[in-house]
Amino acid sequence: MKGGRPRVGVITFPGSLDDRDAIRAVNLMGGEAVPLWHGHRDLAGVNAVILPGGFSYGDYLRTGAIARFAPVMNEVRAFGEAGAPVVGICNGFQILCEAGLLPGALIRNRQLRFVCRFVDVRVETSLSPLTEGLVPGETLQVPVKHGEGQFVASREDVARIEGEGLVAFRYCGPDGSVDDEHNVNGSTGSIAGVRNREGNVVGLMPHPEHAVDPDVGPTGGQPMFASLLSFALARV
Amino acid sequence: MRHRFEVLVQLKPGLLDPQGKAVEGSLPAMGWTNVANVRVGKYIELTVDAVSEGDARAQVEEMARRLLSNPVIEDFHILNAEQVGR
Repeated sequence: MKGGRPRVGVITFPGSLDDRDAIRAVNLMGGEAVPLWHGHRDLAGVNAVILPGGFSYGDYLRTGAIARFAPVMNEVRAFGEAGAPVVGICNGFQILCEAGLLPGALIRNRQLRFVCRFVDVRVETSLSPLTEGLVPGETLQVPVKHGEGQFVASREDVARIEGEGLVAFRYCGPDGSVDDEHNVNGSTGSIAGVRNREGNVVGLMPHPEHAVDPDVGPTGGQPMFASLLSFALARV
Repeated sequence: MRHRFEVLVQLKPGLLDPQGKAVEGSLPAMGWTNVANVRVGKYIELTVDAVSEGDARAQVEEMARRLLSNPVIEDFHILNAEQVGR
C-alpha cells in the first residue's frame, strides 16, 4: 500500500488525556488514526502505534508502572520486536521505559514543579520513526507539560545511550545550543527523547501532537508526524 | 498462612533525589542546619497467603522486582516479615 494512508493506532489507557489530540494530528497529517483500547489484545492491523500522554492509572506507584501490564502491551511489545514503529509521548514514553522497550527512566523534575510551556528540541538522529528524513542539528518548537520528565539512567546506561547514538532529541535554545538554562526538567544530558537500538521505537516528553495546527500555535510537531507516516508506509 | 511484609523502595544511591533535596533545603529555615543526605522513598505494606514464610518472601521479592520498584532507578529492601494468621 505504498503511497496510501498509513493506519496509526492510538492506545487509550484509563487516564490518557492526549489520545484525542494524537488522533487529530494523525488525521490532519494525512494518516488514518485508529483508536485502540488498553484492554484489548489486538492492534487491529495498524502500521504504527502511538502511546499518548496523560496520567494512566493516576500515575500510581510510578508513572507508567501499572499501564505497562495492560493487556494491549503484550501486543505492543511483539509489534515493536517485529520492527514496526512505536511512539511514546510523555506518559507513553514513561510507559515504554517501564516496559523496558526504551532505556532509562523518568523521575520528578529537578525543580519539583510541573512545567507547561513551549520548548525547542534539537534532533539528534535520523534513525527513529519521528526523525527519519530530519537532519540532526535541526530544531523544532513543541510544548512540554509534565511533572515527571527528568530523564535518568545509571552511569553505564547513559554511556551506552550516548555511545550508541540512542538520543533522539535534546532540549535546546532557539539556536540549537544545549545548555543547563534550556534543560527544562534537569534531564541527564538534556535528553528529551530516546530511541531503541533498532531505531523503530522512540519516546519523548514533549508533545508533537499539540503542535501540528498553525491556527493554534507553532507547528514543530508536523515534521515528526510526517516522518512517522512515511516511516510506517515504507515498512508496510 | 498469612505473612505480613514491609517493603522499602528507594532511588539508587548514585541518582539525584529531587524530593529529598527539597526536604533537605527546607529544614535549615526551620532551625535544623545540621541535616544532610535526605532521601525520600516509598513504604509498601502487604499481607501474603503462602505455604511458608520462605515461599511468601520469595513471592514478595519477585513483586518488588517486577512492579513495586523499577530496577533501572530503584533498590528495594524487605524490612519485616511476621506471620499474622493461619
